[in-house]
Amino acid sequence: MPQVRVILPYHLRNLARVTGEVVVEVGEDVTVDSVLTSIEEAYPNLSGTIRDHVTKIRRPFVRFFACGEDISNEPTDLQLPLGIQDGTAPFMVVGAIAGG
Amino acid sequence: MTKVRVLVGTKKGAFICTSDEARQKWTIDGPHFMGWEIYHMKASPVVPDRIFCSQTSSWFGQVIQRSDDGGKTWDTPGSAAGEREVMFGMEAGESNKFVYDGVPGTHKFYDGSDVPWAFKRVWHLEPSLSDPETVYAGVEDAALFKSTNGGKSWSELSGLRQHTTGKDWQPGAGGMCLHTVLIDPTNEDRMWVAISAAGVFRTDDGGKSWKPVNRGLKSNFMPEEEAEVGHCVHRIAFHPSKPSTLFMQKHWDIMRSDDSADTWSEVSGNLPSDFGFPIDVHSHEPETIYVVPILSDSEHVPVDGKLRVYRSRTGGNEWEALTRGLPQEHCYVNVLREAMAVDSCDSCGIYFGTTGGQVYVSADSGDNWTAINEHFPPVLSVEVQTLK
Repeated sequence: MPQVRVILPYHLRNLARVTGEVVVEVGEDVTVDSVLTSIEEAYPNLSGTIRDHVTKIRRPFVRFFACGEDISNEPTDLQLPLGIQDGTAPFMVVGAIAGG
Repeated sequence: MTKVRVLVGTKKGAFICTSDEARQKWTIDGPHFMGWEIYHMKASPVVPDRIFCSQTSSWFGQVIQRSDDGGKTWDTPGSAAGEREVMFGMEAGESNKFVYDGVPGTHKFYDGSDVPWAFKRVWHLEPSLSDPETVYAGVEDAALFKSTNGGKSWSELSGLRQHTTGKDWQPGAGGMCLHTVLIDPTNEDRMWVAISAAGVFRTDDGGKSWKPVNRGLKSNFMPEEEAEVGHCVHRIAFHPSKPSTLFMQKHWDIMRSDDSADTWSEVSGNLPSDFGFPIDVHSHEPETIYVVPILSDSEHVPVDGKLRVYRSRTGGNEWEALTRGLPQEHCYVNVLREAMAVDSCDSCGIYFGTTGGQVYVSADSGDNWTAINEHFPPVLSVEVQTLK
């Protein structure tokens, strides 16, 4: 099973009580959907904080970065780049910049 | 020995302040959940060390936290390893899942257009008076949810939102929030909720059905001033010994009802302004009430730059300014609707927090005030527990 490195934003690391990167096991398809599902299974109290519980739509002020690309608006069922799949690069959940 | 515990929710975290009955020296614990907006914290009257907390963020949405040791440690209900194993039939991580019942439909937006109902945050948590596992959540967009498992999961009491008037409800400036939940201590099937800007609703069957109870309210921002719904009620309160008498701080006007909210009459009397947000009742004197007049709906600062709590010992109409210890010049803070509370010590304590980050206490029913702390983040809510 592919193991995906994930960097969570500061407040979600606190909520999940983790420090630094986390690693989650993902099924054969390494997609935004499958990575987020694995995160939510490993850290249930992150459910609803990255994407909506029911619609699974990304929260508006959350972004997804992979291998130097902002993939926030890409379809969430597409395979993530090889770097994410083989663990050489982290999948990043980012709190969008907002404020002054 | 009696102690008091003050639960302060701010725009940047939660703080817990404790003192003995003298209420002169305070220990401040926090911040908890630094950087998150804490809309409200409230403890179970049955198990006082059980505290529910609404933690929200524009980025990451709603989180419900619960402490079972008086605020020392916190968990999202149902997510701790031990709890997950016993949650048969229920997914973990549902303590922040607030899903409207059925097809939500629409309500009115500010401009009168129809917008879909969408959950935004929990404004108010009201623990049951008799069951430590039961707690109600008043949310934006206005609806009432109930948990019977200590906050692990929630279901909507949809009879309220599905009232025939629901499609016409419209937000106030702070959003369309259900911000007040009162449970009748003599009959827990009877509850009142208040919604900005829909008004007051009452249930007599534990939340299955609701009726608007706004007769007597007048709101000149509506084409029909005395409409059944649409009033911007900022807060309602009662004394637990006399739940049929309710007091209201409306957008403008202080109101009272002596028939369980069936009818209301104005008791603004000699106040310098009858606009404001909080209202509360003395813990031992059911006709002694407190408000904080604010200049107007478009200014949101104290009248004349003087922070004054007004007290009526006659259930309204006759008001006196309480100023001793409060800033009486150049003060331009606001006091939000959830940011006033009373303790039940022998000498009743009154508490309020400001958008400038001060939390004030009076240990003598409002005659004299001191600051517990003057430099919190903007205060969203204040609750107090009297621990004996």
